[in-house]
Amino acid sequence: MSEQMTGAQSLVRSLEAAGTTEIFGIPGGAILPAYDPLMDSSIRHILVRHEQGAGHAAQGFAAATGRVGVCMATSGPGATNLVTPLADAHMDSVPMVAITGQVGAAQIGTDAFQEADIRGITMPITKHNFLVTDPADIPRTVAEAFHIASTGRPGPVLVDVAKSALQAMTTYAWPSELALPGYRPVTRPHSKQIREAAKLILESRRPVLYVGGGTIRARAAQELRVLAELTGIPVVTTLMARGAFPDSHPQHLGMPGMHGTVAAVAGLQKSDLIISLGARFDDRVTGNLDSFAPGARIIHADIDPAEIGKNRAVDVPIVGDCREVISDLVVALKAEADAGHTGDYEGWVQFLAGIKRTYPLGYDKPADGGLAPQYVIERLGAIAGPDSIYCAGVGQHQMWAAQFVGYENPNTWINSGGLGTMGYAVPAAMGAKVGMPDTTVWAIDGDGCFQMTNQELATCAINDIPIKVAIINNESLGMVRQWQTLFYNERYSNTDLHSKRIPDFVKLADAYGCVGLACESPDDVDATIAKAMEINDVPVVVDFRVHRDAMVWPMVAAGTSNDDIKYARDLAPRFEDDADLELRP
Amino acid sequence: MTTPLNTKHTLSVLVENKPGVLARIAGLFSRRSFNIDSLAVGPTEHPEVSRMTIVVDVEDTPLEQVTKQLNKLVEVIKIVELDGSTSVNRELLLVKVKADADSRGQVLDAVQLFRAKVVDIAPDAVTIQAVGNADKLGDLLRVLEPFGIRELVQSGMVAIGRGSRSISERNLRPVTVPAPPAAG
Repeated sequence: MSEQMTGAQSLVRSLEAAGTTEIFGIPGGAILPAYDPLMDSSIRHILVRHEQGAGHAAQGFAAATGRVGVCMATSGPGATNLVTPLADAHMDSVPMVAITGQVGAAQIGTDAFQEADIRGITMPITKHNFLVTDPADIPRTVAEAFHIASTGRPGPVLVDVAKSALQAMTTYAWPSELALPGYRPVTRPHSKQIREAAKLILESRRPVLYVGGGTIRARAAQELRVLAELTGIPVVTTLMARGAFPDSHPQHLGMPGMHGTVAAVAGLQKSDLIISLGARFDDRVTGNLDSFAPGARIIHADIDPAEIGKNRAVDVPIVGDCREVISDLVVALKAEADAGHTGDYEGWVQFLAGIKRTYPLGYDKPADGGLAPQYVIERLGAIAGPDSIYCAGVGQHQMWAAQFVGYENPNTWINSGGLGTMGYAVPAAMGAKVGMPDTTVWAIDGDGCFQMTNQELATCAINDIPIKVAIINNESLGMVRQWQTLFYNERYSNTDLHSKRIPDFVKLADAYGCVGLACESPDDVDATIAKAMEINDVPVVVDFRVHRDAMVWPMVAAGTSNDDIKYARDLAPRFEDDADLELRP
Repeated sequence: MTTPLNTKHTLSVLVENKPGVLARIAGLFSRRSFNIDSLAVGPTEHPEVSRMTIVVDVEDTPLEQVTKQLNKLVEVIKIVELDGSTSVNRELLLVKVKADADSRGQVLDAVQLFRAKVVDIAPDAVTIQAVGNADKLGDLLRVLEPFGIRELVQSGMVAIGRGSRSISERNLRPVTVPAPPAAG
C-alpha cells in the first residue's frame, strides 16, 4: 500500500501508524508543513507554552502510561529547548520520540535562520537520533524511532526532518519490517545465570532485593512481589522505583541512598548479597563506592549490559528484561523450595525490622507552630491516596514526596531522578494527566521549581487538563540552602527566593485560569487538600507556605560512606553494634 | 597485582555506513573519558558496512565498558578485539627528511633497510613512505631523526585477523524486527 502525498502528510500518517494519540508541541518555521496535516489527523496536538514543557509532558505521559511519549518542535531554538527533557529521558530511560523541524536540506550547514545541528547536539543525550532529508525515508525512520525508543532499555529518540523533505511529494509506505543490524536488545535471561543467581540467593544469609526503575519500565511489579514473598527477602526501592513494591508491605525497608531510610541504607550496606533488579548503583545510592556494601556479593540484572559492572564488580551478571529475569528466578527458586531448599534469613530480617522500628522516617514540627513541609506531603498522600499519580520537581520537596506520600502501585510516582531537572513537575503532571485522564494527578513542587515551568498552567487550563499543584513554598532553593546550612556555615548565598512575597501564587493561579488556594497552618491542611480534591474541572494550585528551615533526613553527605548516614543532624544511628551482635555467624 | 605492560587494545568495529557514525563514536570516547590512540575508518567488502580500527589505551575493566558502550550504539554492528599475535596490523607513514647531496645516500640506505620507499624527491629533501606496525615505524623514525625530519604524517592502524575467517561473515544479514502495528 503506497500513496502519493507530501512528506509532511507522510510524517503525520507515520506517527498515526506508530500509535501516537497525543503530541505535545509548538509549531515554527521549519516544522510548519507538518502542522497543516496535523489539523486533519486523529492525533490530539496539545499546544504548550515552552518546548521544555512539551518534552517533560511527553515524559510524564510515557511514565504514567508506559507508552511512547511524543513531542514536536521547530528547528533551532525550538529544538534546543528540548535538550533538557531529552537528557532527562535519557538518564531515566523514558520512552519518548521527539520530532523536530530542520532547515531545508540545501541550507543545512550554512548557519541559516533558526538552524541548529540538533542531531549533533543530542547525540550524547538520546538513545538514537536521525536526520531525514529524503521524504521517502520518513515512514521507516518514524517506525525505527518508535521501535528503538520503546524496546530494550527505553529512551528518547529524536527525528530531525528537513523542511524540504516535509514539503516534497513522496510515496507513503509503512514498513513491514525494520533493518537494524546493530540493534538487538537481549530480553531473555540466560538460564545458567539464573541458576547461579538462585544458588547465591539460597546460600546467602543477608540478602536484599535492590529494586530500581528498570522494574517499573519492565512492568515487573507483580512478579517482584511474588519473588519477595516467596523468599522473604527484604526489599529496597530506589527513587526511580518508588511504587514498584508497596510501601505498606512489611518486607519493604523503604528507599536507599542519600536521603533513604536508615533501614534501607543498612539493608544494602550490611548485606552479604545484593540482588539488583533494574538498578544502576548510582552514586546517590552507593555513597562512596569503595566503602559501599563491603561484604556483599552482587547479582546484577539489567537489560543494558553496559550497566552491569559499570560501577561495582559483579558476581552474577544477568542481561535481560527485568520481568523475565524475576519470573525465571521465581521458577528456579520455587523448584528449589519444592525440593526443600529455602534460604535462612530469619536473623537478618529481624535485625532489619529492629532498625526499621528504631529509626522510622520522621520529622520535627516547627517550634513556632508553622507548617512542616513533610506534614503537608504526608497528608496529601493520605487524602489523595495510593491510586493518584504524584509528580515532583527536584530538591527537598522531591525527597519528602519520595519519603512521605506512601506508594502502593507502579507508575504513580513520576520524577526526574538521574538528571535532577528542576521544573519537571508541572509539565510532567500535565503529560501524565493527558495519558491518565481519569486519575488524580498531583504535582508536588517547590517554589523554585514551580517558577521554572509554571507557564504550562495556561496549557492545562485551556486544554482541560485539570492537574493539581501543591507548591511546598519555603521561599528558597531549599536543598541548596540545606547544604549551605550543613556545609557552608549557614552562609546563604543566593538561595532566598522571597516567594512568600513575590509572586503571589494564588493570584498567579487565578491569572492562568486555575483555582488558587493558600494554606499556612497545620490546622487547615486537610481542609485545603479536600477542597483541591473537589475541583476537577480546572487546575488547582495550592500555595503551602511552609517552615523554611526544615531539612531532609536521613542524609548521607555527598561523597561519604553509607556507614556515616545521619538520622538527623549530628545523630548517627547505632546499628554497628547490633549488626555485630545479631549477625555473627 | 602487577601493572599490565601493555594496555593497548585493538578493536575492529563494524558499523553501518551512514552519516554521523564517526561523530557518534568519537563523541562516546570523549564523553566517557576513554583515550583513543588511533582510529582508522574505511569501506569494507560490503558497501553498507564500514570498518573502524580503534586502538585504545585502557586496562581490562574500562575496556569492557568501552566495548559495551560502543555496542549500545544502534549503528554499531559488531566489535572484535584483535590480538597482536593472531592478527596483522599496519600503519602508513609519510615522512619528509632533509637530504642534500651529502646525506642522501645514508637516508636511502635507511629506506632500503626498512623496506620503505621514496615517493618524492627534492634537491634538499626526500619524502619516504613506510608501512608497518608501530614498532617498526618507530624504529625507522629514530634512524631518520638525525638527518632532520621536516614533516611527518601517519595513518591510524588498520588490522585484520589471520587465517581464512572473516569477522563480517555473520551478523551482516540484517536482523529484521516486526514493525509496530498500524493503528486501526
